[in-house]
Amino acid sequence: MKLKSKVTNHLFLSLFSLLMLYPVIWWVGASLKKTEELSLPTIWPKTPMWENYSKGWHFSSEYTFAHFFGNSLLMEVGNVFGGVLTAAIVAYGFGRLSFKLRGFWFSILLLTMMLPGQVTIVPQYILFNKLGFVDSYVPLVLPHFFGGGAFFIFLLVQFIRGIPRDLDEAAKIDGASVYGIFLRIIFPLIKPALMTVAIFTFIWSWDDFFAQVLYISSVEKFTVGLALRMFIDQFDIQWGQLLAMSLLSVLPSMLIFLFAQKHFVEGIATTGLKG
Amino acid sequence: MVAETKTTAEAEKTRRAVRKRIKTGDTHLAGYIFISPWLIGFLLLTLWPIAQSFYLSFTDYSLLEDPVWVGTENYVNIFTNDSTFTKSLGVTFLFVLFSVPLKLFFSLLVAMALNQKLKGMNLYRTAIYFPSLIGGSIAVAALWRNMFGLDGYINQVLAWFGIQGVGWISNPDTSLGTLILLNTWQFGSTMVIFLAGLKQIPQELYESAAVDGAAKIRRFISITLPMLSPVMFFNLILGVIGSFQTFTSAFIITKGGPVNSTYVYALYLYEKAFKHYQMGYASALAWILLAIVALLTIVNFAASRYWVFYESEGGGTK
Repeated sequence: MKLKSKVTNHLFLSLFSLLMLYPVIWWVGASLKKTEELSLPTIWPKTPMWENYSKGWHFSSEYTFAHFFGNSLLMEVGNVFGGVLTAAIVAYGFGRLSFKLRGFWFSILLLTMMLPGQVTIVPQYILFNKLGFVDSYVPLVLPHFFGGGAFFIFLLVQFIRGIPRDLDEAAKIDGASVYGIFLRIIFPLIKPALMTVAIFTFIWSWDDFFAQVLYISSVEKFTVGLALRMFIDQFDIQWGQLLAMSLLSVLPSMLIFLFAQKHFVEGIATTGLKG
Repeated sequence: MVAETKTTAEAEKTRRAVRKRIKTGDTHLAGYIFISPWLIGFLLLTLWPIAQSFYLSFTDYSLLEDPVWVGTENYVNIFTNDSTFTKSLGVTFLFVLFSVPLKLFFSLLVAMALNQKLKGMNLYRTAIYFPSLIGGSIAVAALWRNMFGLDGYINQVLAWFGIQGVGWISNPDTSLGTLILLNTWQFGSTMVIFLAGLKQIPQELYESAAVDGAAKIRRFISITLPMLSPVMFFNLILGVIGSFQTFTSAFIITKGGPVNSTYVYALYLYEKAFKHYQMGYASALAWILLAIVALLTIVNFAASRYWVFYESEGGGTK
């Protein structure tokens, strides 16, 4: 009975995993197919078209995908650095220090998580436009320097609250200021949670197409996502090449996910993030 | 020895004083210094834009000239004279109505399947979570567009079973359904939250229920569902808010078509603002969206009294 149910469970889970991954598996094969072969129900092409990758890489006459990947990574460096640094600082304030209206501000912080972005996007665009930042990475990167987003602050506050206060007090007796406590006690202790923040910031900004399409207009500054969109909007799409480049574009997120799975699942479980 | 006791007493005294200082004054300024990055960002990029958006919704503004006050004209036009608004709102409601429950249902089902002690569970979890990781990206939108095309992969598979497929994306009857399916495919985060919730349920509850002879279904209805209801509620709230703002898949895969069958609200708002540069009109649309989302959230909170079960309310579980 017990064994039987175990076997059934394994069977169900492997079938279900396969079903979920099937489009991804098909994708890998399709990225090596000729256009005529794409509609065939086979997974693997007869002769793999490796040139889908080399041709796709050079699809734009001006720039290669190396350029677009470089742009995306440049943006990500700013996003991750700003997000991790300021989220840690703000979370320490909310999680450890008591000050007037702390509860009020914290509720506001939580409320902003529910605010539809559409309400602020138009005035934000107007603001960045007036400051002359449209078609630059500033509107994409700068917001990350304001605490990195309510989700991450909330996640870190939860984490900091779990650290015993005795450590703070011991340091305080040794003469450490609140700033010293943050730098020498809290910051080193929340490193695992900061890892989660860094990973999520990276993956979400990589996929945050809305902001990219809104603010970046010159091809020279295109991110990987925008380059793909340009690819899709071509008159005669070379699907094999497009699928090959699309696959490459999700590779960074895939690798990070595989290497840092633990942080991932814990991070989602702590905050309950969107999908 | 006397000196030693004295030092301990003194240390204790200092400790108390320090504790008091931490608790009372002294950290007010430091607190504000630490939260200042968020606070400045909130005032500059959230609160001020909200206020401005409200003001703009009563104006005509093209970005090139100064906003012109038009009173409630935008709202009147939207509600009386804008069939695209009605259409996009309807499409969005349909999307939310189907994708939220579907996602909740599947995530719970899978979370329960994953909440067992089995070898290789990490592997399954990775595989099942994987699509959610990449699902929101433009790359997957491209993949989806190809797979569900008229000559796409899906139709070829259906042909094996003798089913004549349609152009799933080019057919107005099936296009929205295709996007809902894509959305459901990315149920990973919701599922992980359910999984965390399931792990919180004390095992003793199930054991004693089993002793009492409760069947599996009965245990699910009387233990799992009530104990999981706060998590369910959380997922529901975030799911509704998130689905109302769905954008990328409609923008890339279908471009709102065919015949506006996937012209979701966020896409309409985007085009009004950044294609037609009707900033005032778009702001009015944004405020209507905010009102709808807020209203639904309030209704959800009010209704939660009847079905969400919190242990601290004294349900007699511990």
